[in-house]
Amino acid sequence: MTDILTIAPRPSITAGKPLLEVRNLVTEFPLRTGIFRAVDNLSFSIEPGKTLCVVGESGSGKSVTARSILQIIDAPGRIASGSITLNRQDGSSLDLAKLDPRGKLIRSVRGADIAMIFQEPMSSLSPVHTVGDQITEVLRLHLKMSKAEARAEAISLLRQVEIPDPEKALDRYAFQYSGGMRQRAMIAMALACKPQLLIADEPTTALDVTTQAEILDLISRLQKAHGMAVLFITHDMGVVAQIADDVLVMHHGVMKEYGPVDEIFHAPKDPYTRMLIGSVLKLEQKAEIRLARPPLDTTADPILDIRNLTMEFGELKALNDVSIALLPGETLGIVGESGSGKTTMGRSIMRLYDPTAGEMHYRRANGQVVDLARLEGAELKAARRELRMVFQDPFGSLNPRMTVAQVIGEPLLVNGIARGRQLDERVCHLMEQVGLDPATRERYPHAFSGGQRQRIGIARAITLNPRVIVADEATSALDVSVRFQVLDLLMRLQDELGLAYIFISHDIGVIRYMCDRVGVMYRGRLVEMGEAEKVCNTPDHPYTQALISAIPRPDPRDRDHSRRFRYTEPSPYTEPSNVKNGSSAR
Amino acid sequence: MLKFVVKRLLWMIPSLFAVSFLAFVLIQLPPGDFVTTYIATLASSNEVIDQNTAASLRERFGLDQPMLVQYLKWIWGIVTRGDFGISFEWQQPVSGLIWERMALTLVLALASLIATWALALPIGVYSAVKKYSIGDYAFTAFTFFGLSIPSFLLALVLMYVAAVEFGADVGGLFSSEYETAPWSIAKMFDLLTHLWLPVAILAVSSTASLIRVMRANMLDELPKPYVTTARAKGLSEFRLLVKYPLRIALNPFISTIAWLLPNLISGSVVVAIVLNLPTAAPLLLQSLMAQDMYLAGAFVLLICALTLIGSLISDILLALVDPRIRLE
Repeated sequence: MTDILTIAPRPSITAGKPLLEVRNLVTEFPLRTGIFRAVDNLSFSIEPGKTLCVVGESGSGKSVTARSILQIIDAPGRIASGSITLNRQDGSSLDLAKLDPRGKLIRSVRGADIAMIFQEPMSSLSPVHTVGDQITEVLRLHLKMSKAEARAEAISLLRQVEIPDPEKALDRYAFQYSGGMRQRAMIAMALACKPQLLIADEPTTALDVTTQAEILDLISRLQKAHGMAVLFITHDMGVVAQIADDVLVMHHGVMKEYGPVDEIFHAPKDPYTRMLIGSVLKLEQKAEIRLARPPLDTTADPILDIRNLTMEFGELKALNDVSIALLPGETLGIVGESGSGKTTMGRSIMRLYDPTAGEMHYRRANGQVVDLARLEGAELKAARRELRMVFQDPFGSLNPRMTVAQVIGEPLLVNGIARGRQLDERVCHLMEQVGLDPATRERYPHAFSGGQRQRIGIARAITLNPRVIVADEATSALDVSVRFQVLDLLMRLQDELGLAYIFISHDIGVIRYMCDRVGVMYRGRLVEMGEAEKVCNTPDHPYTQALISAIPRPDPRDRDHSRRFRYTEPSPYTEPSNVKNGSSAR
Repeated sequence: MLKFVVKRLLWMIPSLFAVSFLAFVLIQLPPGDFVTTYIATLASSNEVIDQNTAASLRERFGLDQPMLVQYLKWIWGIVTRGDFGISFEWQQPVSGLIWERMALTLVLALASLIATWALALPIGVYSAVKKYSIGDYAFTAFTFFGLSIPSFLLALVLMYVAAVEFGADVGGLFSSEYETAPWSIAKMFDLLTHLWLPVAILAVSSTASLIRVMRANMLDELPKPYVTTARAKGLSEFRLLVKYPLRIALNPFISTIAWLLPNLISGSVVVAIVLNLPTAAPLLLQSLMAQDMYLAGAFVLLICALTLIGSLISDILLALVDPRIRLE
């Protein structure tokens, strides 16, 4: 990766001129209540062949910046002032900000000089057209190729992005591709006309870490091969550290800091940048709250003892003979990629699914042990009061037509525990416990931010004084600065209420920060189980090693890709082996 | 795919039998039969028929036999000879009566369908793309007007205007001199001059509702990321609209074929009666009122068959158009 700095710009480019120069860009959205400035007086430039990372949290205006360059801002947004100068290959310059968004000139830039890839690889491809159709379209439009030429070129593009069997893959539809393959197809489409600049808007956010590592490698390899500049938009400081030459930090539409990546990470000037990097580094180690705690009593009887749990959905074994125990007051992490069965496990514990086989022994407060897998009726209801869940999506998991007081108070009401004034007092107390102002309890969920909503979800989970909380990706949808606040809140509540957590996450950083012990899941099986420190730093199982190796380290001076590899399941006939980075076709 | 079609076709046979039996029973359910209705009609013009004549009439029509026997005879005739029976009221074979009407029904229905789609789809797309523009508001006002006004009222008003203000010949599909004449170029032309009024009336309400549906479908699709992707490729706005969101927004319309076909017969009864159109709908209504059971039964059977065929066609088309349905 370091040798990218030494790549000479292509001779055709006028020496000394940046490829793209943005000066005092202002992008506005006229709203009923006034004008909202999504991007405010932003200036930056991109040199040919270099990578500029635009980083910021949700609502920072980084996506709008990218869309402003191509003039594809969602209605009613528009560029209010500023200039975006593109120095084209033939030596001519073009101010993109002055062009008509529907005009011929800007259309000749889109897809040809500047191409773009998006976050959601599924919905960014048309569901009813073949992948080949969508790739050849660009070739025929800009390069005026014939159908046969475009098809041949599309096949070679798919081969370049390492899609197996490209002749056949061309005639398939996006929904027949896996997530990583879809993003590869998007990249092939964007690279079709050999653009000078590739804008990548959170291209790996929806992907697993191992797939993310492969896509990042692919982009940097193609970047070197084509001498293309990349404008990379992300919220992940780890990714920034791994790929950026320059970094632009944005917050609420304003530039906070702009400079070379090493300077940003090792000598940040702006307090916001420092906070961002600090919150990432914080997740590199154990939480302070946990350091202050006495060591966990590992000799205690487990509060929840899962034995040989199996859950089948038709042919698919989502959980395959999983055995794991949760100690009182412990935080047990469950880590794995999408499809590993970690969510199924959480839901089986809550008995949202009826497990196919296995036992889940739950020790009640009075010492009585019940098997959650067999409980029915009133006993199940009683057990569910003590086992609660916090969900991933802070937007979808709260009923938009209920006030916050109703959301939090509902479990008390339906279980006939409190009503009227007493209920109101309980709700106020719960809101104070999770750090929300009780005066806001009559508001509806939409009036709260993502982090606040997750606090509401937590308040709802602790209303019935539970003993075990299953948190399924509870912080994945949150910005980094908010993420550890919520994690700290969870740990504080653990101390206050004596809770045990099952913490499901795909984020090793969060697991390291939060958990005492970790179980690693892979295709429905529990492949490794141990102390969090041990699993995160020196894992035993090759899959865990591969997973840890794929996580982008938040340090630009640590860009060693050679240790990264993908885990392939050993077949029963050969010795377990690991495929080296990039050589695996997927 | 072929297996699916064959399976669906085979399933249609028992469903058609079940439906035809139900239809037969339902038509028989009201008290009395065709003879009682016939006697009542004659009585209103002071002709009296004694019990013996009535009984012999019943015997002639086969109405004295148990219902099951009547049904089996009827269905046997259809299956073996394609004979749908004789209409009591018209004293003609049912099949001849229906086919005579069906040709004109088809012309009218197709003409109004084409008019509806040709108007509604582009207007719906325009309304969605130019959301909250003056044009969108104007079309929205039109759609509310078109949806709320009863079609028979519109028929009466338009008839009045056409007849009094422009002196046009309204009512029916032909001028009187062509009504019984054999088909010729002149008769075709005459048909066209009469067709516009019923087509306009029938198209107004369906166009209005279709514009709303199309606008809503397009508004669902337009903000989708794949539209932005297409725009970022440099496609022109018109080309990308037609290729991506429009294509997907049209899918729900294919499902409407299932009820478009049966609507050929039973739809627009009121307008057809007001305008005195020689289509199938008024005949169906009349046959039901007169308890002319073979004619009514044949109509109901036809409607059911068309519903089944319509849903089969729309399912096949949907699978052809949408790979997600075909391949998943």
